[in-house]
Amino acid sequence: MRRLLIFLPVLLAAAIFITPLPAQAQNNPPLPAVTELEAQDTPNDSGSSILVTWKAWPNETSETEYIVLVSGAKDGQFFEAAVVPGGLSFKSDQPRYFGFAEKNKDYHYASVKLSKEEVKEPRKGIFQGKDGTEYFFKVRLRHGEQSSDSGLVSAISSENWFDKGKLNNFILMIIFGFVVMWFIQHAKKNPNLFIRKISGLDAVDEAIGRATEMGKPIFYVTGLLPMSELPTIASVNILGRAAKIVAEHDTLLKVPCYDPIVMSVAQEVVKDSYTKAGRPDAYREENVFYVTSDQFSYVAAVDGMMMREKPATNFLLGYFYAESLLLAEAGAAIGAIQIAGTDALAQLPFFVTTCDYTLIGEELYAASAYLSREPVLLGSLRGQDIGKAFLMAVLVIGTALTLAGIPFLKHLLTPF
Amino acid sequence: MVLLKRQIPLIIAFIAGIVMLVQYYIPLQESQDLLSEFTTWAMIIGAFALVIGLSSLLHMHIGKIRRLAPGWGYSLITVVALVTTAGVGIIAGMQRPDPDSAIYGSQAAQIQWMYINLMWPLGGTMFSILAFFIASAAYRAFRARTFEATVLLIAAMIVMLEVVPIKIFAAIGIPEINNWIFTCPNMAAQRGIMLGVALSVVATSLRIIFGIERTYLGGGD
Repeated sequence: MRRLLIFLPVLLAAAIFITPLPAQAQNNPPLPAVTELEAQDTPNDSGSSILVTWKAWPNETSETEYIVLVSGAKDGQFFEAAVVPGGLSFKSDQPRYFGFAEKNKDYHYASVKLSKEEVKEPRKGIFQGKDGTEYFFKVRLRHGEQSSDSGLVSAISSENWFDKGKLNNFILMIIFGFVVMWFIQHAKKNPNLFIRKISGLDAVDEAIGRATEMGKPIFYVTGLLPMSELPTIASVNILGRAAKIVAEHDTLLKVPCYDPIVMSVAQEVVKDSYTKAGRPDAYREENVFYVTSDQFSYVAAVDGMMMREKPATNFLLGYFYAESLLLAEAGAAIGAIQIAGTDALAQLPFFVTTCDYTLIGEELYAASAYLSREPVLLGSLRGQDIGKAFLMAVLVIGTALTLAGIPFLKHLLTPF
Repeated sequence: MVLLKRQIPLIIAFIAGIVMLVQYYIPLQESQDLLSEFTTWAMIIGAFALVIGLSSLLHMHIGKIRRLAPGWGYSLITVVALVTTAGVGIIAGMQRPDPDSAIYGSQAAQIQWMYINLMWPLGGTMFSILAFFIASAAYRAFRARTFEATVLLIAAMIVMLEVVPIKIFAAIGIPEINNWIFTCPNMAAQRGIMLGVALSVVATSLRIIFGIERTYLGGGD
């Protein structure tokens, strides 16, 4: 018994000093809290989120996690709002909010979404954003089994009336609008504005004349977009001018439409053109008709009509998708003269290789001014050309500056 | 009459154009709700316009059938298909049939069966014709009669050889040349066209908003 009492403390001492301490207590220092924690209202939004930023932990790895916690009260219950893994979500990823400062790549951010609707149970990432509510944030840094919490910061969300991120866009739009309007006014005083030759538009008269001589119809396809889209509006503008020439030549014009509203507008435009040409009696409503709003059904119908009726002239003006080559090749197979025009980049090569004349991109929009030669419309084209000259200058200067390590112009014109 | 056909549409176009232009720069929730509302209105108007399109379609095809005009058989097929599809949809609805049914995808309603087993194959057939049309267009276009056509021919050959699984083409640098064609001259041309189109879109939009361009109203000037 005495021996046991003597040896027991020895055994206890040995157990204390021989048994190794837990590894993290031995080797890992305590995890520091994140620093430079800030919370701010997200700029240029409807008051629906708050941005939380903090400096990245220098030793972070992909296993590190930053957990953003939010509460409606300073000493209230905190809920998880966002989880940011190490190595992701830096301020430099969002120049719209944080600019282009070099130091942004050393700071993380998280966007905490707020909901205007009543949120009974705050769920991850969405909290009730009542006007004027002050929210409190802290960030928990977790690495392995260790974690540490930062101090508290707070922010109140607010809605913004103007999106300052789009300020560059707004200013350029105003300037460009003024330039176009100025040249329109200038054109009224000096109507003889030069416009370069566009072969496809010069050929409209010739194409219609060919159909008249051959006694065959003309097909006019306005593309596959609805009336709310600009390529269709541009196409209908050209249809109006072409229909007037067709009415004067007393040729049959057929306009198969993809969209019912386009059909209604096209009917009015063609009818008015016939009236202006002094041939209201020659207008037939059934020649401007709706086919279908399904892409390949439409092209099958139009191709079938082309094969049966063998038009002498095809106008393919508007926005097209995969059916562009189907339409153009069918027209080429029957020997029709084809004038195409689109701003669909992917379809331009098909039209260029298959059609006799192709209006590329902006030429489709210039057609109305070109065909009418109205000074007011030509003036707007001159305004566009000034805009293009400005863009070319910006491209050259911006490229030179960026190569020289001065990205000022690039940052100034970054779209958000 | 001029007021209804000309002035009122111009005023509507002006007000709607300015409102939507300003809406783009205002991030308020009310602004987003306005955009959503306008989009909904456009869809509703589109749905009503479908009735106009349908009546135009039926009027034209039934007229052709009555007159026995050339191609009246196609009109008959169109009318029968339209009535059948509409009838199936209206009578059978979109409810799912008996799960033990042998109809394809037992979860599909009858009208969906028609769409999957009739429309899909027909649409696929039309799409597949593209392959042959591309070949015939290429045969006509890729002839070295002019400098531009020769450049087109050489570029097309390089692009086609890049996808051919023959190792010798990879060894002689065809993929690198192909990549350069896509990333340099092709991309430059695309961006140039896009810049011109973007400016034209803005200018055309301004002309329409301010009533300078009026052809879309019917007659224009």
